[in-house]
Amino acid sequence: MPTPLVVSEVAKSFTMHLRDGIRLPVVSNVAFSVKAGECVVLGGPSGIGKSSLLKMVYGNYAVDSGQILVDHEGRLVDLATADPRTILAVRRATLGYVSQFLRTVPRVAAVDVVAEPLTARGVAAAEAKATAEAMLARLNLPRELWQLPPATFSGGEQQRVNIARGFITDHRILLLDEPTASLDATNRAVVVEMIAEKKAAGVALLGIFHDEDVREKVADRIVDVSAFSPRKSAA
Amino acid sequence: MTDAPLLKVRDISKFYGARIGCQNVSFDLWPGEVLAIVGESGSGKTTLLNCLATRLMPTSGSVEYRMRDGQMRDLSRMSEAERRFLMRTDWGFVHQNPADGLRMAVSAGANVGERLMAVGERHYGNIRETAGNWLGRVEISVDRIDDQPRAFSGGMRQRLQIARNLVTAPRLVFMDEPTGGLDVSVQARLLDLLRGLVQDLGLSAIIVTHDLAVARLLSHRMMVMKDGVVIEQGLTDRVLDDPREAYTQLLVSSILQV
Amino acid sequence: MSTADLATYNFAYLDEQTKRMIRRAILKAIAIPGYQVPFASREMPMPYGWGTGGVQVTAAILGPKDVLKVIDQGADDTTNAVSIRAFFQKVANVAVTTKTREATIIQTRHRIPEERLTAGQTLVYQVPIPEPLRFLEPRETETRKMHALEEYGLMHVKLYEDIARNGHIATTYAYPVKVEGRYVMDPSPTPKFDNPKMHMSEALQLFGAGREKRIYAVPPHTEVVSLDFEDHPFEIQTFDKPCALCGAENVYLDEVVLDDRGGRMFVCSDTDHCEERCSAGHRGHLAYDKEAAE
Repeated sequence: MPTPLVVSEVAKSFTMHLRDGIRLPVVSNVAFSVKAGECVVLGGPSGIGKSSLLKMVYGNYAVDSGQILVDHEGRLVDLATADPRTILAVRRATLGYVSQFLRTVPRVAAVDVVAEPLTARGVAAAEAKATAEAMLARLNLPRELWQLPPATFSGGEQQRVNIARGFITDHRILLLDEPTASLDATNRAVVVEMIAEKKAAGVALLGIFHDEDVREKVADRIVDVSAFSPRKSAA
Repeated sequence: MTDAPLLKVRDISKFYGARIGCQNVSFDLWPGEVLAIVGESGSGKTTLLNCLATRLMPTSGSVEYRMRDGQMRDLSRMSEAERRFLMRTDWGFVHQNPADGLRMAVSAGANVGERLMAVGERHYGNIRETAGNWLGRVEISVDRIDDQPRAFSGGMRQRLQIARNLVTAPRLVFMDEPTGGLDVSVQARLLDLLRGLVQDLGLSAIIVTHDLAVARLLSHRMMVMKDGVVIEQGLTDRVLDDPREAYTQLLVSSILQV
Repeated sequence: MSTADLATYNFAYLDEQTKRMIRRAILKAIAIPGYQVPFASREMPMPYGWGTGGVQVTAAILGPKDVLKVIDQGADDTTNAVSIRAFFQKVANVAVTTKTREATIIQTRHRIPEERLTAGQTLVYQVPIPEPLRFLEPRETETRKMHALEEYGLMHVKLYEDIARNGHIATTYAYPVKVEGRYVMDPSPTPKFDNPKMHMSEALQLFGAGREKRIYAVPPHTEVVSLDFEDHPFEIQTFDKPCALCGAENVYLDEVVLDDRGGRMFVCSDTDHCEERCSAGHRGHLAYDKEAAE
């Protein structure tokens, strides 16, 4: 089984210049990998650095040292040192991300928000839109909302737009930051189903799930982030 | 994205006497890439923009541009005629104050059509049709085509300025605080429009702004300037989510949350 | 001529150094057709706007054997024409005429004679504003650069505005031309009716702008093309009636109000042309009426 994501010896700290330059270590010696078709869940108490780790893998957070290796179109890319242009290319083609919150863009309709990752990869607008509508229908987003910008949607509605947007592509790696946090049971079940499909399609998934029920259903393996936490090593 | 940068900037410095405008700035801009230059007033971001756009002669350093034929040309070695031709065909420059970039006493249609006429278009009907299409794209009603920008609101003027710049399908657009001086709701509309145009046309752009939200929405990459020097640069969401320099942290933490 | 008559003035008013300076400007202008050559315009004994540029050019090229004709709006007998003619009679003692054919130098304000000019003749235009781009670009530094770099898109912006506002190119005088495929030039406020006469003219055409201190020229046999759009081609004015006095067609006509009850007639703007035709026996409809009344 190929392993599209390998994280090794990664360390990260924040230097808070506005608070007298104090240094807050987040994680160190992080090492794990995710195989194709596998869903790895980051575990550990809140505040231990799970979300930060996900952001490092996506490139939102810089790392102090270590490597984040991604199989991007047949070659290995180290996201820890890649230039912005490479990271953008990896995000466009290989690495998807469903964040906890939707960053809304004014005036863009929900269906277009969802279709955008496809059109960005060159899929024809009509085809992308049809796929987007199918995704939204599956996630039970009321049809009358599709043409509206999501800024005024409820948390759960925004989250479903976000999930549809993240799942619409055939990215080989998908990062999930609490995708089911504000969903009801029905839609949680849909998301669990969608994750299972991604796994079957050979996608490597790395996620954070606080909902134990969901976690048990999707996780193949749990990586305990507290093992990398300096708080633990200090103890 | 193709495999060669559109713009290669190496060690650009501009001094005003002993005072530093900007110092030792280097970067590559790739086709389709949007770069935001952020910093407060006096940080040198506008000086840098003007050096890149050949509106100012840098004290030292070089700026090379890949022409449509694929050749890299050093802008400072081009003749003024070539530079000016580049400026009105393959480049655009959107000023903060639309009055600086528009002919205020000339109709909207002629403002958009001027670049076409400058490159030799001589069919009135075609020029007018193209101008009308562009007004539509920037959400100005076509029945305003014969009105002068003097009669337009600030937001409309700015959209007209954008249409005027994009009509010749430039590959690189410079923008100096394009949303400055506009009401917030007008800003949002303009930003969304710009975002759509940049995406649809595959434009490369360099945007100077002090507004981090503008940078977040429009740019792929950003550079933070302070006292004429680039202190931090990288992927836009990396710089904004994980600012490393003290000044960038101050900037990011100074954003008002609504 | 007695020396006592000329004691106060050098020949043709200007001193010789000034004339040489102006001639150098003229030569340069001829060498670069349509290009505006700066020159050190002098104060003349008449106000700006009265043709001080044209007068200086005429003074610089005038010789004792020249025959001078001066027209204002085509007429030899209006104030401006009469004054300038009298001026040169006084300061140069040259022969003057009203007949186009006899003149070697014709100074003009706002017209080109109807009769085709011939080799050896020089037409001197009085120019108020020499810069055709000024309408849209007030900065002289910028317009000079635009000429230098042949950036003439702006001229078409002006014509575009005309069509957008009026449905057709409504510029009827000072209609911009491109000279010898290079410089865009303002032909001074002549009606566009006269533009085709500038093209490949056998006569030398000199333009003097006194207040603006510019001289430019169109040498004989030079291409002069009026700017236009493919779908709005350049057209000259047409008149639906012939001249009321001489019956001439395809000439430029002036409207003359005859009474306070709306009576009017259209007559040749070129008075010499009209008189020539009348004395050759041509008659317009008002001329017949006049004879009938007599």
